[in-house]
Amino acid sequence: MNRSQHVFGSGLVFAVGLWVAWVSYTQQPAEAFLFPRLIATVFVVLAGWTFGKAVMGLSKVGNGVTRTMFVNMLPGLTITLIYVFWAAKTLGFYTATTIAFFTLLSIYDPAPHSEAKTWIKRGIITAVFVAVMYGLFAMLLNVYTPREILF
Amino acid sequence: MEFIYYFGDVFTPMSFLLLLGGTIGGLILGATPGLSPTMAVALLIPFTFQLEAAQGLILLGAAYTSTVAGGAVSAILLKIPGAPANIATTLDGHTMAKKGEGARALQLSFLASAVGGIFGVLLLIFLTPVLAQWALAFGPSHLFWLAILGVTVIGTLDSASVVKGLLSGCIGLWLATIGFDDIMGAQRFIFHPALGGGINIIAALIGLFAIPQVLTMFAKGRHNTGAEVIEVQRHSIMAAFKELFSRTRALSIGTLTGSIIGLIPGVGGQIAGLVAYDQTKKFSSEKEKFGTGHSEGVIAAESANNAMVGPSLVPLLTLSIPGSPTAAVLLGGLLIHGIFPGSDLFDNHPDVAWTFINSMLIGQVLMCIFGLYVAGLAARVAQVPQSVMAAIVLALSVFGAYSVQGSMGDVYVMACLGIGMFFLERFGFSAAPLVLGLILGPIAEANFIQGGMIADATVGKASYFMTGGLNLFLIAVVLASIAYSVWMELRSRRYTTKEEAQA
Repeated sequence: MNRSQHVFGSGLVFAVGLWVAWVSYTQQPAEAFLFPRLIATVFVVLAGWTFGKAVMGLSKVGNGVTRTMFVNMLPGLTITLIYVFWAAKTLGFYTATTIAFFTLLSIYDPAPHSEAKTWIKRGIITAVFVAVMYGLFAMLLNVYTPREILF
Repeated sequence: MEFIYYFGDVFTPMSFLLLLGGTIGGLILGATPGLSPTMAVALLIPFTFQLEAAQGLILLGAAYTSTVAGGAVSAILLKIPGAPANIATTLDGHTMAKKGEGARALQLSFLASAVGGIFGVLLLIFLTPVLAQWALAFGPSHLFWLAILGVTVIGTLDSASVVKGLLSGCIGLWLATIGFDDIMGAQRFIFHPALGGGINIIAALIGLFAIPQVLTMFAKGRHNTGAEVIEVQRHSIMAAFKELFSRTRALSIGTLTGSIIGLIPGVGGQIAGLVAYDQTKKFSSEKEKFGTGHSEGVIAAESANNAMVGPSLVPLLTLSIPGSPTAAVLLGGLLIHGIFPGSDLFDNHPDVAWTFINSMLIGQVLMCIFGLYVAGLAARVAQVPQSVMAAIVLALSVFGAYSVQGSMGDVYVMACLGIGMFFLERFGFSAAPLVLGLILGPIAEANFIQGGMIADATVGKASYFMTGGLNLFLIAVVLASIAYSVWMELRSRRYTTKEEAQA
């Protein structure tokens, strides 16, 4: 795997470790941060060790993210982020789920896009799935989810 | 023999229905590649909120047991292990299926699973109460070291890199401290309003186990499994029974190996299956037949991976230390009902403890009966395109995380932890120690503080935490697990380097 990816990944973890240590040792009351201090010390040592190994090119474990993987994943990750951080609350859970589910199927389904049958199948799968989710969560478990648009 | 009194509770209509549903659903989910037993159990937790504690645990326990066994269906009929625990089953099971002996392989696999599983649960029944009483002697310092032991053992044994495994455990312990401190009420690491109440364990479990799987499926792109289901021919179940009990060596090696490995925290079903397969091959008079569709291979692997399930719950139910990621998820299922494992569970909630354990025993029999019938259907479900699976798991994760407390904050935390874990896994970190850190963090901290107070009033912190037979024993086990893993890592690296040099 790319050495720079290891350096970036372990560097990020090391930075988080340093931040945790800084907060643990500077915030008050000190009694509330006794246990975090203990963890932060071990965290920084281990993260520093990992980062050092990555910088020296000695990190062996972990395959990283290849360009192909990232390109494949990007549309799905983008839809996931929009669905979770914006659509679910703004459009309502069921509307957002319908749109996200159908979009993900359309992007990742290996069936050919040119056939009308494929689109009808995707539509039916989406409708059945959202109906099952509605039945399970709204009717069976009585979970009240945000419903802004439609349902 | 207290467990016998609670057998009737498993057969109340609601409990039995949940056991049946959990078993059949688990068999189908287990057959689906990409849906691990841990993830299946994590996604089921939100469905247990409205159930009584025992009923919720029955559902989760049934799903745990049957997803492990269900993974054999896709291993045999598709050559895709449903879970890592079924890798060894693929070696001979799929070859048998290709020879037109798919039904025989499935029957042997479910029968062996049931025998192994029943033995494992019996071990759980007889060991747990004894150890739970022994655990009564534990003070805060011992409980602190036990919690640390849980994190280090899983961190070192479950990860490819010892340092990254321990670091994952540290990240989990840190995440557990986010929120308001219990004693002083001080804010700790609250850098976003969604973290005000701390990190909800259930939302975190869903995110850490489900979202990385979703992203992994996305990363494969527009990909078809490409596996074809091998048609299953009819085969006499009586003949399968006779064959199973004529292969007692494979069955007993598998069952014993699985049970022993199950008792060791952090060592999963994958290792149980492979070790049992290897040992059975070593002791077999037909060594050369292994890998060519030999029934002993299937029997050993499947009896081992199911025998591991019961014993893997012993450390959880006695010492509150989950021995595996799935046990950690089950602990989450217990905690949401306000029940803490250990002697409290057996003294104050014996109905919950024994009904749950008994249901696992009955579940083994149901799994065997229904496994044979739903195998064909489960194999078809395993062919569902990964795009559909990814979208289903994503939506279930969002709804599941939200339903914990009706909070969008939990959904955000679930997504952030899940996406972060996907990238961490790509850099060699592991979810299991992180989850254990998150779950055991509060136990470790509470006992660290309590022990510190006792120590200040008596012998001082160093003496209180670092002396005494049990403390020293636990510290020695922590150090031994780390040393052993470092040694194994260095050894495997030396071999890899030699192979690289020769290549």
